[in-house]
Amino acid sequence: MLRHALSRLISLGLSLAVASLVIFLVIEVIPGDPAAYMLGMNASPDTVAALRRELGLEGSLAERYLGWVAGMLTGDFGTSYTYRVPVAQLVADRLEVSLPLALYALALSTAIALPVGILAAARRGRATDYGIIGATQLGIAVPNFWFAMLLVLVFAVQLRWFNAGGFPGWEAGLGAGLKALTLPAVALALPQASILARVLRSALIETLGQDYIRTARARGLTEGQALRRHALRNALIPVLTILGLQFSFLLAGAIIIENVFFLPGLGRLIFQGITQRDLIVVESVTMLLVAAVILVTFLVDLAYAWADPRLRRRA
Amino acid sequence: MIEVEGLSLDIGALPILRDVSFRIGAGEVFGLVGESGSGKSLTALSLMRLLPAGAAVRGSVRLEGRALFDLSEAEMCALRGAAIGLISQEPMTALNPVMTIGDQVAETLLVHGRAGRAEARRLAAAKLARVGLGEVPPDRYPHELSGGQRQRVAIAAAVALRPRLLIADEPTTALDVTTQAQILALLKGLVAEEGMSLMLITHDLAVVAGMADRIAVMQGGRIVEQGPTGAVFRALGHPYTRQLFAASEHVPDRIPHRGGDVLLEVRGAVRDYRLPRRSPVGAHPVLRAVRGVSFTLRRGESLGLVGESGSGKSTLARAILGLEPLQGGQILLDGAPVRAGDPRMQVVFQDPYGSFNPRHRVGRLVAEPFHAAGRPPDAAARVAEALEAVHLSAADAQKYIHEFSGGQRQRIAIARALITRPELIVLDEPVSALDVSVRARILDLLAELQERFRLSYLFITHDLAVVRAITDRVLVMRAGEIVEEGETAAVLDAPRHPYTRELVAAAPAIPTDWRGERRHG
Repeated sequence: MLRHALSRLISLGLSLAVASLVIFLVIEVIPGDPAAYMLGMNASPDTVAALRRELGLEGSLAERYLGWVAGMLTGDFGTSYTYRVPVAQLVADRLEVSLPLALYALALSTAIALPVGILAAARRGRATDYGIIGATQLGIAVPNFWFAMLLVLVFAVQLRWFNAGGFPGWEAGLGAGLKALTLPAVALALPQASILARVLRSALIETLGQDYIRTARARGLTEGQALRRHALRNALIPVLTILGLQFSFLLAGAIIIENVFFLPGLGRLIFQGITQRDLIVVESVTMLLVAAVILVTFLVDLAYAWADPRLRRRA
Repeated sequence: MIEVEGLSLDIGALPILRDVSFRIGAGEVFGLVGESGSGKSLTALSLMRLLPAGAAVRGSVRLEGRALFDLSEAEMCALRGAAIGLISQEPMTALNPVMTIGDQVAETLLVHGRAGRAEARRLAAAKLARVGLGEVPPDRYPHELSGGQRQRVAIAAAVALRPRLLIADEPTTALDVTTQAQILALLKGLVAEEGMSLMLITHDLAVVAGMADRIAVMQGGRIVEQGPTGAVFRALGHPYTRQLFAASEHVPDRIPHRGGDVLLEVRGAVRDYRLPRRSPVGAHPVLRAVRGVSFTLRRGESLGLVGESGSGKSTLARAILGLEPLQGGQILLDGAPVRAGDPRMQVVFQDPYGSFNPRHRVGRLVAEPFHAAGRPPDAAARVAEALEAVHLSAADAQKYIHEFSGGQRQRIAIARALITRPELIVLDEPVSALDVSVRARILDLLAELQERFRLSYLFITHDLAVVRAITDRVLVMRAGEIVEEGETAAVLDAPRHPYTRELVAAAPAIPTDWRGERRHG
């Protein structure tokens, strides 16, 4: 187990190094001067030169890359050109919204998908199963922003249980913060839960056909016991894969939902960074997201080994 | 002990079992014999009421007076594992891969509420020791064990609560002969010790001959004959029993071959596998699968290669086919080093279905070796010729592989091997997955083709009966080395190496005095 973790950790480090190099080079090979590009057509040469210094565009390629990496390692991500604040602070502010939102949505999605997927597998081929297949099909097909608008109409406009949007900040209290994130989290979670429930259902049904399930029943386990004690853990690998992908998506892919609910999240930050040609923000946030995805993949890898002893090597 | 009366089973509209009746007495070993699809396994599952959805049973099953078909599902759950235990065929898949072996044995005790957690764990360890796994820690996972060890775990879990009836469904079919002998001895010992009854389901007449007090022969969902084992074997009253018996002892008519000049020569072949490093910086440990093997195969000869799983025989076969690089020695075909895709050399594998692409028509599948050897202008005619040589029709080229039975698929695999008009065919367990009667016909076909096309065979198998039936000479392989070599009859009748002796002794056989004057084939 420890060796597995160690080898995964080495590959995590390598992935990060390669990713940072690629991101750096992509920004570098964009034709033309990034500073001139950021400032637009009418910028004076003096302003461009000033920006070049600020962007750290002087010096050799290797110097600039190492400087950028060293900066990131010490928490210095540069200063946003448009916001005039350190990118680190900008990102930290946005993560305060995006990270809880992603975790909230992921928790909701898992909480919905687990019982639904298990129920469908236990009742496979019967009316309940077909009902769940239909509902999850709908959940996957309908775009989440439409769900979001529907939720706003029902729960904010009609029932007035929630606000239609905005985020009061965690200073307003944990309850108020979570309440503001509930509708967006639900809107994000429903399609994810539908995918997860379907994956779990088909993985479980495949597992339930295995010999060892019959062996377990022959030892006196009821159908439910065999499913919970034997099938579930064997069906976990594809579920973990999907969960890992979903977290990465939820962290940065919530742009539309953040817009619908006026949430100051990471997705909106990238979107604004791109429209305002703020390459420093784009570069740093991209690197951060890549790092997050690689980290999640690492955790999922560890979870695989926890779920399946065949993936551990006995030392 | 258990009485089965007029058991019939339908799955959907398909009749599976018809009017099956038998009794098993306390402490008795009852053998249920039949070919695949005869309904043996579904009889067992009917007794346990573990049938697939859509199954409808009639008749009655009484276990010590209790009518099982009248019990509720909850009552059945209380019975399964406690009063009736089940061991199934595939030790590789019958255990949960993500649960330790100790926990799987302990679970039987836990779900029946017979022990607390710590007590169950202790009893599980004791049961594992009883089935001969005292050296294997209970916190191991199934993938860390060999096939025979896994079957022992399955047995430990099935007998943990000392059931009165143990059903063993082909418990040794997937195992090597020596392992099979050990597992059968273990089952016999448990029956004697615990006084339980054993229902042994198998297709292998020799296995039941050595184990069962009474046997029943099944065909097409019916029991065609039953009685005390010795009496049934001596009388062979029913035509189907006779047919099974003849097929299992079948020896094809073939002319023994001394062989012509040397066709294949293996000189000191060595094959190493690199294992994963133990530490990130160390060198790769090496597993030597083939340790300096040398032999020759003459033109027209049929040479057997016998060994258990892990002996390196399949690795050697792949090396001969040019599919594995050697770390030492040479393999020469007609004096030149072998290369993959050589039209003079073809192969037939054990699992015919797994070696065919189900989306291609048979004609294209049979013509596959032409990818490597080059497609001749008369390819279609050659395909028809090959199909007819294996007694299929040229029209079968238009069909898909799922339309054929297991035996027919193996014929198609042989046709594919014949298509390049080879001189040598490597046969890797070609009849191991087949029923005895199908196996007899495939052996006949192989003997006929050898004569007709003057083929040489390298016949790889773990089945000594097959070796005796179709080979002229035999090599016995163990742990990557050839330990004995010689004329087949001489080696099998008077083995010199201790390992060969062990193999021959472990192979189950029908007692010679049971083979009466009615013997056929």
